[in-house]
Amino acid sequence: MPGPVQSIERAAAILRLLARGSGRLGVGEIAASLELAKGTAHGILRTLQGVGFVEQDRATGKYQLGAALLHLGSSYLDVNELRSRALNWADALAARSGEAVRIGTPLEGSVLVVHHVFRPDDTLQTLEVGALLPLHATALGKVLLAYDADLAARVQRGPLESFTRRTLVTAPALTRALAAVRDAGWAADVEECVPGEAGIAAPIRSSGGLVVGAIGISGAVERLCGARSRPDATLAGHVRDAARAVSRDLGAAR
Amino acid sequence: MAHRYVMAIDQGTTSTRCILFDQRARLVSVVQREHQQHFPKPGWVEHDAVEIWRNVDRIVPRALREAGIDASDVAALGIANQRETTVLWDRHTGTPVGHALVWQDTRTDELVRELGQRPGAEEVQRRCGLPLSTYFSAPRVRWLLDHTPGLRERAARGDVLFGTMETWLIWNLTGGPDGGAHVTDVTNASRTLLMNLGTLDWDPELLAFFGVPRAMLPEIRPSTDVHGTTRRVVPGIRIAATLGDQHAALFGQTCFAPGEAKCTYGTGSFLLMNTGAEPVHSGHGLLTTVAFKLGDEPARYALEGPIAITGSLVQWFRDGLGLIRNAPEIETLARTVADNGGCYIVPAFSGLFAPYWRSEARGIIVGLTSYITKGHLARAVLEATGWQTREVVDAMNADSGLAAANLKVDGGMTADNLLMQFVADVLDVPVMRPMHAETVSLGAAYAAGLAVGFWPDLEGLRRNWHRAAQWLPQMPAARREEEYANWRRAVELTFGWMRPRGGGPPDPRNPGDKN
Ligand SMILES: Nc1ncnc2c1ncn2[C@@H]1O[C@H](COP(=O)(O)OP(=O)(O)OP(=O)(O)O)[C@@H](O)[C@H]1O
Repeated sequence: MPGPVQSIERAAAILRLLARGSGRLGVGEIAASLELAKGTAHGILRTLQGVGFVEQDRATGKYQLGAALLHLGSSYLDVNELRSRALNWADALAARSGEAVRIGTPLEGSVLVVHHVFRPDDTLQTLEVGALLPLHATALGKVLLAYDADLAARVQRGPLESFTRRTLVTAPALTRALAAVRDAGWAADVEECVPGEAGIAAPIRSSGGLVVGAIGISGAVERLCGARSRPDATLAGHVRDAARAVSRDLGAAR
Repeated sequence: MAHRYVMAIDQGTTSTRCILFDQRARLVSVVQREHQQHFPKPGWVEHDAVEIWRNVDRIVPRALREAGIDASDVAALGIANQRETTVLWDRHTGTPVGHALVWQDTRTDELVRELGQRPGAEEVQRRCGLPLSTYFSAPRVRWLLDHTPGLRERAARGDVLFGTMETWLIWNLTGGPDGGAHVTDVTNASRTLLMNLGTLDWDPELLAFFGVPRAMLPEIRPSTDVHGTTRRVVPGIRIAATLGDQHAALFGQTCFAPGEAKCTYGTGSFLLMNTGAEPVHSGHGLLTTVAFKLGDEPARYALEGPIAITGSLVQWFRDGLGLIRNAPEIETLARTVADNGGCYIVPAFSGLFAPYWRSEARGIIVGLTSYITKGHLARAVLEATGWQTREVVDAMNADSGLAAANLKVDGGMTADNLLMQFVADVLDVPVMRPMHAETVSLGAAYAAGLAVGFWPDLEGLRRNWHRAAQWLPQMPAARREEEYANWRRAVELTFGWMRPRGGGPPDPRNPGDKN
């Protein structure tokens, strides 16, 4: 078993140091206190700054604990920021796939639609931003559940409402489906929420790989699925490409 | 090999982009490079034209490489550019005379005030459609001629050339000192204060009024027209269209018919409405400009309402007040409350632009009570953009007699749903966002593709336009009227705040008259 990771220990020490006293220190002071080379301290501070755990005062250059630390429990990526950052990629996905695009984040046991791009056929469609979708019966929801064990456990404890014949309504069935999502890196729902409709979705990750949302397309089964109701591989590829592009913009590696 | 792509260069205020589009107007590759902003003195804003040219030299081959194609696959190149930015250069060496003076630069303040007092000043707007202002190119040319020893003589001999950015790039692309084409298009020329809107040529009276020698000016061409073929950077590409960036966005949004309007919401916002084959002279403080001119067809005109402060008010809320960490968070904050709580913000940071043109006005936050929270302020910030749009649309409808049936929108602020809903509510028409975010580049590409037959006609282009989102008006009429009345009262409170520096009162119709 590998030993403790030194740079993480040092990062923890820096945070403890900043939590003391006035809470505002320059990089030199931090390095001196911890007997670190200034370059090392600077590298760790920059990383902590990148994830929002420390902030640097613009005028003095001194560091202090970041606001993100105070809100560790709450969702740290603002949904409106997520939409702004994903706007161009979501448009491109709609143009390529010819289908409507949605971006979802979890909210109180449901999927909150934070962005919606119309299907590019100029038919009458209404903006569904703000709508809530079921987690266990949509591709977007299954992506969010697959990478959040706690949320998945909570959903599985409650009753799984049935929307169609195909909705997954037992905990074991959902567990198996979520494992398959993690294996594949994307999720689908085929008439599990609305008869005649299907969806394909993939995770949006931010720095460190944390899943912060899901992006997906939805539309008629005939268009999204091929033989034997299997989701179309090319469309799934477009969805994953879009998800990766947004993730890259949000600072995820890969 | 068949030509499969159209290239667009968008030479913008902060960066230059090269984009390749396929036949279905889908983006194939995008390469972008920023250039430096120079602020040598307060109010002065400059770009290095050589740096911009070098950026073009880098991004064009890169865009081709990323798409895996070469020049022979490109049907045509269209250029869209930041408007009014002025560069002078030596015809024999290609060396610019100092830096380019950017459209935001207000060093010509005094000069414009002085020109405004001369005989002929009242004629300017009738001839060129624009009010006398620091915003446009002619005073900048004059300033450079006045402040550079010997320049006027060289310019009069035609040894020094004037151009806005598209002219500079086309001259360089087509050979530079070695026979480069010295051309501009009607849309860019219509932003100089020097072009006659009726003849679409340089106006001798205006040239005399501003003291600009004709020998230094480029030839004015239609927006679509093969201006030449590239001989440098990547040789062999036809340069087939040029449009000012806001005109390109109008074109990219396919506002081809009278009454069709678009608004680009960025740092500032620009609302343009196609008014058809006749220029409409504004009685309500709007600019009259050329929308586009396709080859030999008659020019189409537009009314324009520039709004100085929209996205930049959000930036101020973030950087000046520190109430949010990033721009999109303003929507989150605004949604913590149900309405503005009676609070209004009028962002007259450097006076009011269209339709008021009150240079002495300054910003105001009004309606403060102990009830007001930062959430209400965030709403007031977003609502300011909505009401400013409404004022410009009202002025346009009044001037043109055309009522826009809807508004097409683009730009960074269109990610804000609360704002877009509010715009639909206060205009009482549907607001639509197209699936193509890059409307400026797309407009340049469309024009170029049209010029060489890559796309057959305007109808074909219209079919490429797809709605990505639509916001329908929901606000009850009574509430809209009440809120609008409150906004207008707030605007009136901003008037007359700055005192003139000696002398008489500032001229309210003169935007250049900034105190
Ligand atoms: N979600 C949002 N809500 C409100 N304002 C926003 C939002 N997202 C961005 N903005 C504002 O929009 C502006 C950025 O938009 P955009 O990138 O189109 O502007 P621009 O800098 O004018 O564009 P360009 O550099 O291409 O000329 C900023 O001023 C920012 O404050």
